[in-house]
Amino acid sequence: MHKTQDNRAWFLILPVVLLVAFSAVIPLMTVVNYSVQDIFGPGQRYLIGLEWFRETLRDPEVHRAFLRQIAFSGIVLAIEIPLGVLVALALPRAGWKSSLAIVVLALPLLIPFNVVGTIWQLYARPEIGFFGRVINDLGIGFNYTADPVSAWVTIVAMDVWHWTPLVALLAFAGLRSIPDAYYQAARIDGASRVAIFRYIELPKMRSVLTIAVLLRFMDSFMIYAEPFVVTGGGPGSSTTFLSIRLVNMAVGQFDLGPAAAFSLIYFLVILLVSYVFYTILQRISAQ
Amino acid sequence: MAQIVIDSLRHSYDGNLSDPNGLALKQIDLTWEDGRAYALLGPSGCGKSSMLNIISGLVRQSTGRILFDGTDVSDLPTEKRNIAQVFQFPVLYDTMTVEQNLAFPLKNRRLPADEIRRRVADVAEMLELGPLLKKRAAGLGAAEKQKISLGRGLVRSDVAAVLFDEPLTVIDPHVKFELRRKLKLLHEELGLTLIYVTHDQSEALTLADEVVLMAEGEVMQAGTPEELYERPSHTFVGNFIGSPGMNFIPCRAEGERLVFSGGSLPLPPALSRKIERGQSLKVAIRPQHLRHCQPRTEQITAQLVELLPRGDSYVADLRIGETAVAMRIPDDAELPSGELGVTFAPKHTLLYADDRLIGDLDA
Repeated sequence: MHKTQDNRAWFLILPVVLLVAFSAVIPLMTVVNYSVQDIFGPGQRYLIGLEWFRETLRDPEVHRAFLRQIAFSGIVLAIEIPLGVLVALALPRAGWKSSLAIVVLALPLLIPFNVVGTIWQLYARPEIGFFGRVINDLGIGFNYTADPVSAWVTIVAMDVWHWTPLVALLAFAGLRSIPDAYYQAARIDGASRVAIFRYIELPKMRSVLTIAVLLRFMDSFMIYAEPFVVTGGGPGSSTTFLSIRLVNMAVGQFDLGPAAAFSLIYFLVILLVSYVFYTILQRISAQ
Repeated sequence: MAQIVIDSLRHSYDGNLSDPNGLALKQIDLTWEDGRAYALLGPSGCGKSSMLNIISGLVRQSTGRILFDGTDVSDLPTEKRNIAQVFQFPVLYDTMTVEQNLAFPLKNRRLPADEIRRRVADVAEMLELGPLLKKRAAGLGAAEKQKISLGRGLVRSDVAAVLFDEPLTVIDPHVKFELRRKLKLLHEELGLTLIYVTHDQSEALTLADEVVLMAEGEVMQAGTPEELYERPSHTFVGNFIGSPGMNFIPCRAEGERLVFSGGSLPLPPALSRKIERGQSLKVAIRPQHLRHCQPRTEQITAQLVELLPRGDSYVADLRIGETAVAMRIPDDAELPSGELGVTFAPKHTLLYADDRLIGDLDA
C-alpha cells in the first residue's frame, strides 16, 4: 500500500511535546546544566565536567545524611506496613461503621505537610505538649530540641501517624476485594486465623502492598517539610535528611553547582531503589 | 458419610420470622439418605444456596434442626461439621502448589505427614491431577482449579457429605460434560453423599438420584428425575422442568367431560370425585406425549402456527382454541400446514386442581 507523506501530523503531537518539555525536560536540563558548570555571575561561567559530582560523592556530610535517610525510610517502612495491615484487618468490613472508620482514618492524610509538622512540634514539646509531657512524667527524659533520640522518636512517630492510614486504606481495599467464598472455603478446610492471613489475605493484598511499599519508600526518602518544621534538622545535624541537606546547600549556601549535582544523584538513587524494590516484589509474587 | 435430616427449618436473613414473604426458607423438612446424589434445583433466589450454606454451617438457621446421623449439629461451627463444599467459582490458595492445596485441609487437622502424602496421591490419581501436583495452582485453567477445589473435599475421609454450589458455571461446555461424568463416577465409586445445587435442569436430571425442586423458599417437589418429569406435583414443576415445559390448558368439568376452548376430553369418574367446587382446573401434557392424528382415537383440532427446529426434532407451536400448545415432532414426520388433529394419551394427560396434581385421565 502506498503511504502518504503528510508532515501536518506533527501538529498532532506538538501539544504533548510542549507539555513534557515544560513539565519535565526543561527543568531537568536546567539542573543538568548547573551541575556541570561553575558559575560566578551571569557572564562568568566555566564548564568543569563532573567535578561537582565527585565533590558531592566525597562529602562526609552527604554520606551521613544518606545513611540517616536510609535508616529513616527503613524504620518507617518496618513500622507502617505491618501496622497498616493490622489496622486494615481490624476495620469493620461493611456498613456505616466501616464508612465512619475510613473517614476518621483518612483524616491525617488531608492535613498539609507543614501543618503536620507544626502539630507535632507542639504536641511533642516537653513542657507543654501532651506527648512530651506524658513521656517526661513517666520518668523518661524526652526533649527533641536537645536529644537526638527524642528527635528521632518524634519524627518517626509523626510519620507513622501521618502515613499509616494510607497503608491501612490500601490494605483494606485489598481485603475488601477477597470474595466471601475464600473465607467460607477456609472454614470448611479448618484453617486457623493465622493460616487465613498467611494463605488468603496476604497473597490477595500483595499487589496493593507493593504499591504501598513503593509509595511509602519514595515519600519517606524525600521527606522535607515535617522534620524541617519540628527540628530544623537538629539537634546538631542528627535529623538532617537528604532533602534538608540539599536545601541548605542550594538556598542556604547558594552552592548551585554542587546542589544540582546532588539533586541528580538523589533522583537517580530514588529511581534505582524503587526499581529494585519493584523487581524484588514482582519476583516474590511470580514464584 | 451420614444421613442428613432437615427438620422444620425456617430461615430469615433479617431475623424476622413473622412475615412469611420475607423468609429465605419457609418450613423445610427433608431427609438426605447416606450415599445418594441429590440435586437442589430451582430458579435464582429460590433459597437453594441458603439451604446449602445452612447445611455446611456457614449460615445459622433461624429455627429448626439439622441432624447428621441423628445428632443435632445446628450449633456446631463449619469446621466441626465434616462437610466439604465446592463453590461456584474455584477457590484456591494461590501461593501454594496443587499438592499443598490438596494437603491443606489435612494439615489443618494435624494428620501425620505420611498419611497426608498417601491421601493426596490417591485423590490426585482419582481426579487425574497427578502431573500437575508440583505446579502452582494459580496458573491453571478453570476446570483444573475446580477439580482441585473438589479434591480438597475428597481428601478428607470423614466428610458427611460433599456440597456443590453450581460448581460448573465457569467451566466450558465441552469440559462440563467430562467433569459431570467424572463426578458421577466418583459418587458411585466412593459412595459419597452429594448435594448439588444448580439452576440447570439437565445437569440436575443427569447427575442426581433424586431431585429437590425449590421455589421461593419452599420445596415444590422431591423425587426421582422420572417422577419430576412424568408426574409433576405442581404446575410450577411442570413448567420448570422440560424444554419446552409442560402444556397447561385451562378447562372445566362438565359431567363426564373436561371442556376447554377448542375441544374436550373424557373425565374418568374416579378423577371427577377428587374435584371440589370452585377449583380452577388445568389439563396438562408434555410436548412429546401429544400425538399427531392417530386413527380411531378421539381427535382435537389444532392450528399450526410455526415449526421450530430443535436439531434432532421439531417443536410445533400450535393453538388449541385460544391456548398455545407445544408439540414435539420427530425429524422425519410430515405435517400438513394449517389444521391438524392431535390426540392426548390418557396415561400421560394429567389434571391439576388449583395448580396441584390430582391424577391422570387413565384413572
